[in-house]
Amino acid sequence: MRKEILITGLGGQGIVLAGQVLGLAACLADHLEASFTQSYGPEARGGACSAQLIISDAKIHYPYVRNADILVCMSQSGYEKYRNMLKHEGTLIVDQDMVRSVESVSGDVFPVPATRMAEELGRKMMANIVMLGFVTSVTEAVSLEGMLSSVADSVPKGTEKTNLAAFNKGYDLGRAMLKARTKKAAAKHESKEQG
Amino acid sequence: MEPAVLTGEHFFNGDVACAEGALAAGCRFFAGYPITPATEVAEHMSKRLPRVGGVFIQMEDEISAMAAILGASCAGVKSMTATSGPGFSLMMENIGLGIAIETPCVLVNVQRAGPSTGLPTLGAQGDMMQARWGSHGHYEIIALAPSSPQEIFYQTITAFNLSETYRIPVLIMADEIVGHLSERVIIPDPAKIKLHSRPRPKGRKDRFKPFQPGPNGVAPMAHAGEGYMVHFTGLTHDERGYPVMTAEAQAEMMERITGKVRRNLDKIIQVEKYRLEDADIALVSYGISSRSSQAAVDEAREKGIKAGLFRLLTVWPFPEEIVCELASRVKGFITVELNLGQIHLEVQRCARGMAPAILVGHAGGSAITPEEILANIEELAGRVQGK
Repeated sequence: MRKEILITGLGGQGIVLAGQVLGLAACLADHLEASFTQSYGPEARGGACSAQLIISDAKIHYPYVRNADILVCMSQSGYEKYRNMLKHEGTLIVDQDMVRSVESVSGDVFPVPATRMAEELGRKMMANIVMLGFVTSVTEAVSLEGMLSSVADSVPKGTEKTNLAAFNKGYDLGRAMLKARTKKAAAKHESKEQG
Repeated sequence: MEPAVLTGEHFFNGDVACAEGALAAGCRFFAGYPITPATEVAEHMSKRLPRVGGVFIQMEDEISAMAAILGASCAGVKSMTATSGPGFSLMMENIGLGIAIETPCVLVNVQRAGPSTGLPTLGAQGDMMQARWGSHGHYEIIALAPSSPQEIFYQTITAFNLSETYRIPVLIMADEIVGHLSERVIIPDPAKIKLHSRPRPKGRKDRFKPFQPGPNGVAPMAHAGEGYMVHFTGLTHDERGYPVMTAEAQAEMMERITGKVRRNLDKIIQVEKYRLEDADIALVSYGISSRSSQAAVDEAREKGIKAGLFRLLTVWPFPEEIVCELASRVKGFITVELNLGQIHLEVQRCARGMAPAILVGHAGGSAITPEEILANIEELAGRVQGK
């Protein structure tokens, strides 16, 4: 088992924290090897930013993503810069209000209104956590239990409850989206057989 | 008080793992000035040290930071600082003082790309020769190179042990990538961590000579305020610590400060050999670059090329004898490092023309990829085939 995950966005969106939370869950809860790196510029906010995570059941030598199984984009510029890193049939997840134009890819594409959902919950800052909930439900990279404890351990004290609510919102949306897609695929399959 | 040793399993970045390694080694004093990408070492120490009975000071600059850790060590406290390129340059003069007054301490350089301000948030291994020769005069130094958070944890303990045993500043030459890379770090039970302390004086305080070597060439160290007669100066000094301005005194002091390292190379140098037994192509690497190298070795072996990796955990003193020995049985060397050729020069020197030695490196700012290394292994293997 080996998964390469790339999360991109702007400084201030909690991109690095998102990668850290996933890595913590994979390493300490799921007991897998996890290597988490980040890249950012000298700006405090607004610069291009990425988090790279490799999860594996074997020792990880080179710690950077070469062919992403999962690409999460929270900004248009992040998408533009890293879209070529997504491997064939890889999963692309974008914040649909932040990434406006997405070219067709060979794998699954999931548009998620993560920032808007976080705003509705009263804190735009939690868009990254909404996104993590979504990633947890539509990919099999990390366990739900691991993520719940990892989120609670990683956010500022006193905000655990609201962050877990944000996480669950994202998780539920992912479940619903997967269910709808399975249903649609089954209906398509059925109509094909009937035809 | 919090426990100083956080026994258990953690997901730490290299900087934090380094700080925890220092605490586990008994470090109780940190003086530093924040600088990317080493800031997290200071940040973590600033939180943890006061809770374990230690002292953290943010200094006005790196010159004073280096001076402060020497002072703390002379008072008997294991001490450390952490910095990156520009700060490392500022610390050079006082590293020399530490060598001259034989004061144990640990200096971490989380390397970023230089020269000057360079690329603050991006990694490089461009300070390796500065680590060896950056302070003026001729001296010996010990420098380690960690390749992962787990390794930097252990190497920090090793650095303290070596610095205490040989009364010498020890450098940990990390890099931005390892410093900011988070991975599993297992911290053992404190009882399982072996710690060494500086040799201490016995006998009459009034007859004590602070630089009179003990049986292993290292002088026992009296601490400030204990009542021993001590005198520290950066001037050339005799065993009493008093300045003596002659060539003879210089020769004697230099013999003492270089000899204690040169005579103990087998106890100081740590290396790792990976698939080297039957290797035709020997990669020589350290730190983050050694991880890309290890991946490339595996990929080359899959293609039927006998490649191996000689990984330097200790970069200085350089393991000359082992590289010389390798030169007589391999067909070629490839040094992999994030600079334009520094340790490569050492490998070339030790290969003595017996095997070609090439460099895979660049000016810094990103890790060297396994693909790039593999392409060079294939090229060199083709060139030396049949030789």
